[in-house]
Amino acid sequence: MSAPIELPKWADVSLVPILAVIVAFLIAGLVVLGIGESPVKATVLLIKGALGSGEGIGYTLYYATNFIFTGLAVAIAFHAGLFNIGGEGQATMGGLGAALVCLRLDFLPWYIVLPLAIMGAMAMGALWAFIPGYLQVKRGSHVVITTIMFNFLAATLVVYLLVNVIGKPGSMSPETRVFEASAHLPYLHEAFAFFGMTIPKSPLNLSFILALLASVFVWILVWHTRLGYAIRTVGHSPTAATYAGISIGRITMITMAMSGALAGLLAVNEILGVQGRLLLEFSSGYGFIGIAVALMGRAHPVGIILASILFGMLYQGGTELSFEMPRVTRDMIVAISGLVILFAGALDGLIRRPVAGVFARLLKKGA
Amino acid sequence: MRSFILGAMMTAGLTLAAHADTIKPAIVYDLGGKFDKSFNEGVFHGAEAFQKSSGVEFRDFEIQNDAQREQALRRFAKDGFSPILAVGFSQASAVEKVAKEFPDTKFTIIDMVVDAPNVQSVVFKEQEGSFLVGLLAAKASKSGKVGFVGGMDIPLIRRFACGYVQGAKYANAKAEVLQNMTGTTGAAWNDPVKGAELAKSQIDRGADVVYHAAGGTGVGVLRAAADAGKLGIGVDSNQNGMHPGKVLTSMLKRVDNATIASFQAAKDGTWKAGITVLGLKENGVGWALDDNNKALITADMKSAVDAATADIASGKIVVHDYMSDSKCPD
Repeated sequence: MSAPIELPKWADVSLVPILAVIVAFLIAGLVVLGIGESPVKATVLLIKGALGSGEGIGYTLYYATNFIFTGLAVAIAFHAGLFNIGGEGQATMGGLGAALVCLRLDFLPWYIVLPLAIMGAMAMGALWAFIPGYLQVKRGSHVVITTIMFNFLAATLVVYLLVNVIGKPGSMSPETRVFEASAHLPYLHEAFAFFGMTIPKSPLNLSFILALLASVFVWILVWHTRLGYAIRTVGHSPTAATYAGISIGRITMITMAMSGALAGLLAVNEILGVQGRLLLEFSSGYGFIGIAVALMGRAHPVGIILASILFGMLYQGGTELSFEMPRVTRDMIVAISGLVILFAGALDGLIRRPVAGVFARLLKKGA
Repeated sequence: MRSFILGAMMTAGLTLAAHADTIKPAIVYDLGGKFDKSFNEGVFHGAEAFQKSSGVEFRDFEIQNDAQREQALRRFAKDGFSPILAVGFSQASAVEKVAKEFPDTKFTIIDMVVDAPNVQSVVFKEQEGSFLVGLLAAKASKSGKVGFVGGMDIPLIRRFACGYVQGAKYANAKAEVLQNMTGTTGAAWNDPVKGAELAKSQIDRGADVVYHAAGGTGVGVLRAAADAGKLGIGVDSNQNGMHPGKVLTSMLKRVDNATIASFQAAKDGTWKAGITVLGLKENGVGWALDDNNKALITADMKSAVDAATADIASGKIVVHDYMSDSKCPD
């Protein structure tokens, strides 16, 4: 019955996701209609809010930065057949790593503090993913279970430390003191100002560049190195990998560590770039959205960047939308994002099948 | 005469309209959201009451993540809103930043102090209100054991617990206070199942009055206490009516009054920057007595709590503030 799901590559990576987004928006439009607002106006507001001003674009890309990091983290694990859903915890630990460096060393100049803080974030994130990887290899506990449990462990540990050890004394909220200026990753508008150019203020910072570099790194690593080849082999067929003399355990642990390091980089954007201090729950769900981003981007860096920008638009445009239309609450924005995730991820076949059918018919006619 | 009254009414109407044009209040809620049955909702109710009495419309915004705090404040300020009320201690750094960028806009922050020439900080002495309900709890308890269930384990909630312990010991030096925190993440504010479990375990260990300072989690605490035939104590808003006759009282934190006061002052032109500390003396905190718990509060309890109220207000009793030194006297 079911049509073979085979599509030209361009259709697979662009047409299907775009159709998924359109279907999701149509259904979200019905929800907007249901509360008595105009869906067309809402869509215009959303897109204008996300891309209509320099500030809007800044916020969109700032959110996208987070999604690129977590999306890459999930994607690299996908390639080895691993499902890392602990991005939240790894990012939280990354924040801790960065904060510990900054709290200790922020009297030093930036060119020492910042690289160390970024490495601290990567190291702690990597550690928090490496342990589940190790446990899967040596003890057979599945990473899906352990990574999600490690999310809670990370949250608990950071709360404990913030309340009892590294928190600012007398502060109502559990957070550290604000780092010195040397530990602040410059905003893009500051960086541009340095070169005499003015762009609107937004939380967009140099982490965005780092995110693009990380994307290039992942692309080279996965498709152009021996390690990447080993990772993909393990992902496609563990038995073949074993036959070829690849150690599955070693690849699992290495991949998890790299995945965690990428998730840990989220802290660079949030902690070093924007907040300038460690606070609770700065990862606010980006780790989980990263799964959707990786799915939608077909685990390819280019796809991930595009999907991240889409989710960034949803976040920023959604915020503007709820400003302009007070009846559209934040929960509704979550519902719209949820629909996009549903159609782009879970119900992928729903769109792919008809598209494949159309292509099959076209090909027949052509032949 | 008639024309005079008419004239007076018209002037009143005109001034009202003029004032309505001059202030545009806005609210930025904390992550808990507008309808959290507790803190944020109290602000919302205060703003609604103000809207009803003054006819001044307000706008509000529920943030979704930390980055939106600044964004929302800045957005409101840019659109000419003032005063802008930021709810919750987590907004402090955002308020500090945005207040600097918009020196002519009035900002009010609840539960935290921000030192800036255009920021009004409203903080509450939760320890004083908790002291009173602790006193009532110890008086109402037959076993001499009372319980406390906190939400997230942060200094603010320890301040509630510490005041409660002091009040209980004040009433009965041998009183034992069982304490539990629900959790260490934001989820601890909204976990009624775990709240009920903690309350049950405290009741099993002999507690017969349980106080919660746990937001949405407290719904479970009060339910568990009522189901076990024991007494609960509500927090923030008057929760006596949730299980009439089974809720001893509620510790009131009048964020609604604080909201009304701030908006009203802005409307009257008497809004001032600086710190406002609302304790028992200022009616910022208190305990709830209504038809639902009238039968539970004996004359002896009432006189004891009234005396303590007067003593705290006059400074004769000083309730130790946990957050001043991160310690609680035993």
